[in-house]
Amino acid sequence: MTTLSTPALPRRQATVLALSAVAFVAAPFVVSNYWLYWICLMAINTISATGLNILTGYTGLSSLGQAAFMGVGAYTLALLQQHLPLPFPLALLAAGLVAAIIGLVVGMPSLRVKGLYLAIATIAASVVLEFVFTNWQSVTNGTKGLTLAPASFFGQPLDQPGQLYWVIVPTAIVLVAMAANLFRTRVGRAFIAIRDRDISAEVLGIPLLRYKLMSFGLASFYAGVAGGLWAFFFRVVTPDAFPIVLSIFFLAAIIVGGLGTIAGGVIGAIFMTLVPELLRLVFGLLTAWVPDAMAVIPSVRSIIFGALIVGFLLFEPQGIAAIVSRISRRSRARASC
Amino acid sequence: MIDWLFLAEVTLAGLGTGALLALPGVAFVLIYKATKVVNLAIGETLMLGAYAYFALTSGLGWPLWLAVPLVLAAGGGFGALVERIMIRPMLGSSAISVFMVTIGLGAMIVGAVELAWGLEPHRLVTHTSEAPLFIGEAYVPRKTAAAFGVATLVIVVLLLVLRLWPGSLALRATATDPGAAYSCGVSVPRVYSFSWAIASMIAAGAGILVGAVAGISPGMGVFGLTVLAVVIMGGLDSVLGVLLAALLVGFAESVVVAYLGGEYKLITTFALLLLMLLVRPHGLLGTAEIDRL
Repeated sequence: MTTLSTPALPRRQATVLALSAVAFVAAPFVVSNYWLYWICLMAINTISATGLNILTGYTGLSSLGQAAFMGVGAYTLALLQQHLPLPFPLALLAAGLVAAIIGLVVGMPSLRVKGLYLAIATIAASVVLEFVFTNWQSVTNGTKGLTLAPASFFGQPLDQPGQLYWVIVPTAIVLVAMAANLFRTRVGRAFIAIRDRDISAEVLGIPLLRYKLMSFGLASFYAGVAGGLWAFFFRVVTPDAFPIVLSIFFLAAIIVGGLGTIAGGVIGAIFMTLVPELLRLVFGLLTAWVPDAMAVIPSVRSIIFGALIVGFLLFEPQGIAAIVSRISRRSRARASC
Repeated sequence: MIDWLFLAEVTLAGLGTGALLALPGVAFVLIYKATKVVNLAIGETLMLGAYAYFALTSGLGWPLWLAVPLVLAAGGGFGALVERIMIRPMLGSSAISVFMVTIGLGAMIVGAVELAWGLEPHRLVTHTSEAPLFIGEAYVPRKTAAAFGVATLVIVVLLLVLRLWPGSLALRATATDPGAAYSCGVSVPRVYSFSWAIASMIAAGAGILVGAVAGISPGMGVFGLTVLAVVIMGGLDSVLGVLLAALLVGFAESVVVAYLGGEYKLITTFALLLLMLLVRPHGLLGTAEIDRL
């Protein structure tokens, strides 16, 4: 998907694609509900991480507001359901668009200056948005949050992970494919040019502000859609569900997976979604010796997220995606001799 | 009808907060000027200093005169270590990458503090008397006054040192142009270590003051976000601007808390920040960077 010009799919890729398609269709029938739950969550996180990757990995800007914009999407969806019931694809689109618009409002002032200011403006936006979610009682129902009815498809309610799978995973696939294709277009190439050398990009006739805004708008749109799916999935939206730590989680995901590769965003989101669950398993075993081991999980998680960010930036800035491609290159080289 | 006495008390409280914000703010600017790193972990360094002091005084029962220098030394050592193992290897990477490293560092410190000392807030042992202090007729908590005094003293001394001490020339040279400074014989790596050490020492010391006034908890890092807002508002590379912005934010927060309530504190600061980014993105007194053609 990341190769730029492939007239016909090489056999290797075709096989991989066919296998993935089979896995996608077969999964809900083969896999247990427990794993479907995690697959759905991975898909939601993949969308948000891919959005952030467009901004950070491809455009060279950083945001600490990805979680807050997911919150915007989730609240938009919940409110739409209460006041203006739309078919769920339209509602998801609306969730993305509202997040994108708020993103543009936040990005507009800060993107006039150096890229770093966007990160700071998004921190400010996270604080402001969390305040709005908590204190705008009449609309968001304060700390109690909003509850949603399950999404419905021709009157059939979708409330099990196995049913939501058919909404969440295809949406993720479509959005990731769109992101991959974006970088074959003029707009995507412009993002990369800005990342690599913004001054040269401007000389080449790329209006910096417009493209940076576009990139941030896209990232926020992805976050909004992910937040909408999140709302369908958990069916209750509260202000404390989207803390800055979650934004750091997404940042960690794309750094760990690989900045500036589509596969990186996907791998990173899957990996990072599994980390807390792995921790839960490990600490669950530890409770045999340390009775309150489970209580320290959030702290350990914070340390691990931080350590992953620092470690990968220092030692493997291209992320797991680079490790994978290095290994496959080596194995192919060995096979050919 | 405005209650002038109340307003005076609120203003004094604001001055106190402002001084506490200014101290880590200056540390932030020191790091930014010398190494061009936006250090998001400064709030967490501050928290680490406060907890180290808590461990030494409440945990081990050490006296103030022994605990404070030790915390300052540990803070300095911590800063130098972080610079050496996390920041220097990133030399030459994009500003965003280094920024993200400091985010990761901050997350690690928060987790470590939570693990070591738990989530519940603590109070620091203080040595000020509880007797109220009156300036004119206005009441000021003695702790706030003491913290204000110490913070002001430290900032004044620091500014004098940075201006008069011959070694500070190397710092200013590096801040202006690391390459040129290096070729003139300035040991740029040492300047980097030094600035991180001093700044982290100031932050750790500020942690003791902040903790003494408001208590300590793993959520103290939020104070770091306020400091970040102050620094951006003042101008990343201007000490004077940061001092002004610190007083402004301290005053605004104090007024808002007095008249609207505590939950409006953070939103006021960040609304001010967004406003500042809108009208004057490089801050009150910061240098407007010309990076367009």
